Amino acid sequence: MSAAPCLEISNLSATLPSGMRVLRSVSLKIAPGEVHALVGESGAGKSMIGKAVLGVLPTSVRIVEGDMLLEGTRLGALSPKARRALIGARTALIPQDPLTALNPSRRIGPQITDRLIRILGWSASKAESRIRRLLDEVQIREPGRVVGCYPHELSGGMRQRVLIAAAFAAEPRLIVADEPTTALDVTVQKQILRLIADLQREHGTAILFVTHDLGVVAKISQKVSVLYAGMVVEEADTTALFAAPQHPYTRALMAATPRYTDPYASLLPVDAAVLAGLAGEVAEADRAWRPVHA
Amino acid sequence: MPDALITVRGLKVALPDMTRKPLFGRAPMAEILKGLDFELPKNSITGIVGESGSGKSTLGRALVRLIEPSAGSVTFDGRDITHLSDAELKPLRRDLQMIFQDPMSSLNPRRTIGSIIAAPLKQNGMGDNLRERVAEALRRVGLPVNFAMRYRHELSGGQRQRVGIARALALSPKFVLADEIVSGLDVSTQAQVLTLLERLAGEMGLTVAFISHDLSVIRRLCRQVIVMRQGEIVEAGPTDELFGDPKQAYTRELIAAIPLPEIDPDWLRAKPLAAAN
Repeated sequence: MSAAPCLEISNLSATLPSGMRVLRSVSLKIAPGEVHALVGESGAGKSMIGKAVLGVLPTSVRIVEGDMLLEGTRLGALSPKARRALIGARTALIPQDPLTALNPSRRIGPQITDRLIRILGWSASKAESRIRRLLDEVQIREPGRVVGCYPHELSGGMRQRVLIAAAFAAEPRLIVADEPTTALDVTVQKQILRLIADLQREHGTAILFVTHDLGVVAKISQKVSVLYAGMVVEEADTTALFAAPQHPYTRALMAATPRYTDPYASLLPVDAAVLAGLAGEVAEADRAWRPVHA
Repeated sequence: MPDALITVRGLKVALPDMTRKPLFGRAPMAEILKGLDFELPKNSITGIVGESGSGKSTLGRALVRLIEPSAGSVTFDGRDITHLSDAELKPLRRDLQMIFQDPMSSLNPRRTIGSIIAAPLKQNGMGDNLRERVAEALRRVGLPVNFAMRYRHELSGGQRQRVGIARALALSPKFVLADEIVSGLDVSTQAQVLTLLERLAGEMGLTVAFISHDLSVIRRLCRQVIVMRQGEIVEAGPTDELFGDPKQAYTRELIAAIPLPEIDPDWLRAKPLAAAN
């Protein structure tokens, strides 16, 4: 039963030029075909982990310790070129803001076939027919018309569908979804979540799902890591986490999240003692930490 | 009907549609609000909810007369303000205040927090005892008085939004428009800012129009709700009734689309327009 994890991150630390750690010995494992949510508030490092996996960290952030294994291959052991080729072939990204992720001056079609043709070396006709099929799968009614559109001609929901199609097109083993529904209206968000869940199941794709919304976590993921200040404070099966959150911060986040079904037991401010406890944990982690290799 | 501070009748707003503007000449007008009727009762928070493009922010702007309606009327405290000139509006401004969505862009980066809060006081003839008034405004929102010396970039997101609230409330207004004031904040900060607004609105007897896309927040904060879609009111009523027994399919759909932080394997599968019965 112990299939190799699709992604395994162990003890990953990254620093800013000042020496401050933005990721603090992060470890997590994603099984093939599993949706693993990274949840936390701004600055918790959740997007940073996604960027580290895709090899697109800002130049100021340096990985100083730890390993990332993509389907058993140690990313750190590869040459930059081989690493990019592997990441390009096995992973994909669903970004937060579909408008900034798309080039405004190019038509949809060539933008999303580019990756298949240039990085994966597919023929133009193969890439095109693949994209048409995927656009069909993401329930875009007239794929033929949409590929000829410019991004501004599509609604936010449509643009996000296009990017989801593009992400699944090359059959990646792992998709990093970075707040893919944050910019959308709730009714559209629900459709998009459903679409991601359906495609993910049919294609057997693992997803690293970055979000700040515990509601979205509950609906989409099987596993979840709760982050604070670049530290995983709690990792659990999603069902277990919502049944019995262990860490005080997880409990505080849940109590702070508004729920229309229970207005007065939600939207509760985070207790100062919880934040003080977290600050203590961060300080403790940093005191004990010495980079193994720099 | 409880005492209304603001009464809106047949409100229409048309704005130039810049997406259809010819290279030369005027943009054609697009009707954003298509005839709205409602009241905002005194001393209570009314939620205005809708998806993007529903016209909720345009409605807010018309309420505080940042834009002039093209038809219908807005009555504030017994006075028709629909077509008042800027000069005529001036004495009313201290009673019609706004808290903005993004406290980063609504606070001047080059002025101290103290002078940002003082500006509307001076504008509205409350320039005496400025130092004391600013200190009082800061204390009210739970910020240390020495924050008056700081600049916006030295503050966290939640602190900035407190400054936005302090500035709006420094004038002791009758009406406050709060347009998506927590949508840029983290959940933990959001809770603090909302409980602050709730407490102050109660203490100061404010009438608040709380514009938001988040029905869960509205459920907690507002006594009544107006649901908008494409420039029209879909449904309006007391919060408890609207959530307990939503009459319109669209309202039910909006509520059902909220992902609650609890396990529900059927939620994703449920049809978008699942009729309640």
